[in-house]
Amino acid sequence: MIRFLIRRVALGVLVMWLITVAVFGLFFVAPNNVARTLAGRQATPATIHLIEHRLGLDLPLWKQYTNFVGNALHGDLGFDYYHGVPVTQIIGQALPITLSLAIGAAVIWLLLGVFSGVLSAVRPRTFSDRSTTALALFFYSMPSFLLALLFLYFLYFRLTKAGFAIFPAGGYSGLTAGVGEWARHLILPWVALALLLAATYTRLTRGSMLDVLGEDYIRTARSKGLRERRVVLRHGLRSALTPVVTQFGIDLGQLVGGVVVTETVFSLPGLGKTAIDAINTQDLPVIIGIVIFASAAVVVANILVDIMYAVLDPRVRLH
Amino acid sequence: MALLEVDDLHVSFDTPDGLVQAVRGLTFSVERGKTLAIVGESGSGKSVSTQTITKLTRGARVSGRAIFEGEDLLTASPDHLRRVRGAKIGMIFQDPLSSLHPYYRVGWQIVEMIRAHDHSTSRRTARKRAAELLGLVGIPRPAERLDDYPHQFSGGMRQRVMIAMAMALNPVLLIADEPTTALDVTVQAQVLGVMRDLQEDFGTAIILITHDLGVVAEMSDDVVVMYAGTAMEQASRRDIFYRHHHPYTEGLLRSLPAHGGGKGRLIPIAGSPPSLINLPSGCPFAPRCPYAWDKCFRETPPLDEVFDEPGHRSACWLPHDWEGRQACEPRTETIDREETA
Ligand SMILES: Nc1ncnc2c1ncn2[C@@H]1O[C@H](COP(=O)(O)OP(=O)(O)OP(=O)(O)O)[C@@H](O)[C@H]1O
Ligand code: SF4
Ligand SMILES: [Mg+2]
Repeated sequence: MIRFLIRRVALGVLVMWLITVAVFGLFFVAPNNVARTLAGRQATPATIHLIEHRLGLDLPLWKQYTNFVGNALHGDLGFDYYHGVPVTQIIGQALPITLSLAIGAAVIWLLLGVFSGVLSAVRPRTFSDRSTTALALFFYSMPSFLLALLFLYFLYFRLTKAGFAIFPAGGYSGLTAGVGEWARHLILPWVALALLLAATYTRLTRGSMLDVLGEDYIRTARSKGLRERRVVLRHGLRSALTPVVTQFGIDLGQLVGGVVVTETVFSLPGLGKTAIDAINTQDLPVIIGIVIFASAAVVVANILVDIMYAVLDPRVRLH
Repeated sequence: MALLEVDDLHVSFDTPDGLVQAVRGLTFSVERGKTLAIVGESGSGKSVSTQTITKLTRGARVSGRAIFEGEDLLTASPDHLRRVRGAKIGMIFQDPLSSLHPYYRVGWQIVEMIRAHDHSTSRRTARKRAAELLGLVGIPRPAERLDDYPHQFSGGMRQRVMIAMAMALNPVLLIADEPTTALDVTVQAQVLGVMRDLQEDFGTAIILITHDLGVVAEMSDDVVVMYAGTAMEQASRRDIFYRHHHPYTEGLLRSLPAHGGGKGRLIPIAGSPPSLINLPSGCPFAPRCPYAWDKCFRETPPLDEVFDEPGHRSACWLPHDWEGRQACEPRTETIDREETA
């Protein structure tokens, strides 16, 4: 198990290394004038020269690369000339917003997906199962921006016009301004994001649960005289959750790197929206910083998933 | 009155291919403290019929009665059924690897069983009882092994864990569905030994399902021979081995190695069992029976008493008296249905 984890971490390091090489190759080595881009549109030749020197673009290529990686390892993702602050500060400001969005939505979609998945699996091929499946498919196949826009239109615009200003149009309110405000600003994006993802979890839970409920040890649990609820939850769901946890880790890892569409529609200045803004303004250091951060999030999430596997399944843990 | 009386049990499954009639009018009874063996080829409905007694067959159409201690389990309330399962009827299944939950420690699984029926038992007492049980079924260092997971036990040891769990509440009936099929021969003998010892100590009745006539000879008091979802012959163990009436029983015994009674496994009789969808009328064994004649294909023989021996029944048109039956000669070749039709 320990050896397995070491292998997984080593693999994660390798992936991160490949990503830095790719990023470096794309943004620094590729024949474009980085300094010029970085300096912005109205830069004087002197500024460009200064930036070239600061970035070490006058150094040999291998030296540039080791500097780049070395800095990143020390938590230095470069300087954002556009806003005049370090990139880590930009990320540091955007991350809590993305985290609030992702984790809040995760709680909702997990509860919703797992609960409806279990209900479907316990009564397969009934009306409630079929309607759950249909509903899940509906949200599953819906473009994410559409659902978010519908939410805004009906729950913000229409409701506010009707005199019920319950939900804000968007924007973020930090936790320091109170949990209530924080949640009020996030509830629409949470639900919009959660509904999209819950569909996957409904289907995943239902399928996995149906498989598990056919297992011999479920029959054993029934033969022991346990209550059906206990059979389904303690014995069935316990096993059925393994693939769900895997999917959850992967999804969450991806979202932590930025929830582009939802953040943009609800004007939440999280990592996703920051990345889009950076692309629009050609703010290269921020783009690079977010790419590296998002990749790291995915890699770390994958390693965490493997650890969770071991926690969940003693057969993995003890080998 | 017998401990369990199964009467005219029918079980069928709706499948895309049609209605599978897995059990068709099965009747048998189990006496307190005795062992009833159910033998028959694969697919003859042994598992389905015994699992239906405690309503463990899901999605099946069931009719008939299963009177256990005076109450019909097939129409009993879910609550009554739950109190019977585990506490009064313990069950062991064929595959000890897949029958225990892989994610929970064996001690936990036994404790869960005990506390499901008696919540006043403290966790600690239940754990002590679980360790006792593991010791009782011959698992070395039982107290330590409580905290092991199923995959840390060998196949034979896992089956002992299953037996320990099934016996935890001293059930009056143990249903063991091919408890030793997945085990090798020496382990098989040990596991059967454990079951027999427990039976002697606690007076448990056992329904033992098996393919293996060697096991039947060793363990059973009475025998039901099943074929295509119904009983072909029912008798005491002695009568099954030495005074059987039904040609199918005869075929099963013939397929044992010479000198009978040995440890031999069943070698299938020529031909294969009929499809359980759209079974034709007539004796289900007729296409494979060396005695069959046209009547056998037309009319289904009832399960009737034979040889004037109470409790000895056979579903066969051959003469029901000893001399008459002895006079019948099997053909060396079986006939096809087509030839007689
Ligand atoms: N859930 C089900 N749906 C459809 N058919 C089923 C189902 N369960 C069992 N059957 C069918 O019922 C018949 C009897 O099965 P059963 O498991 O009782 O046989 P068995 O005598 O126990 O055989 P074995 O010795 O192989 O365990 C088989 O033909 C099987 O395919
Ligand atoms: S009824 Fe006929 S076919 Fe069936 S077992 Fe008896 S002799 Fe054979
Ligand atoms: Mg079976």
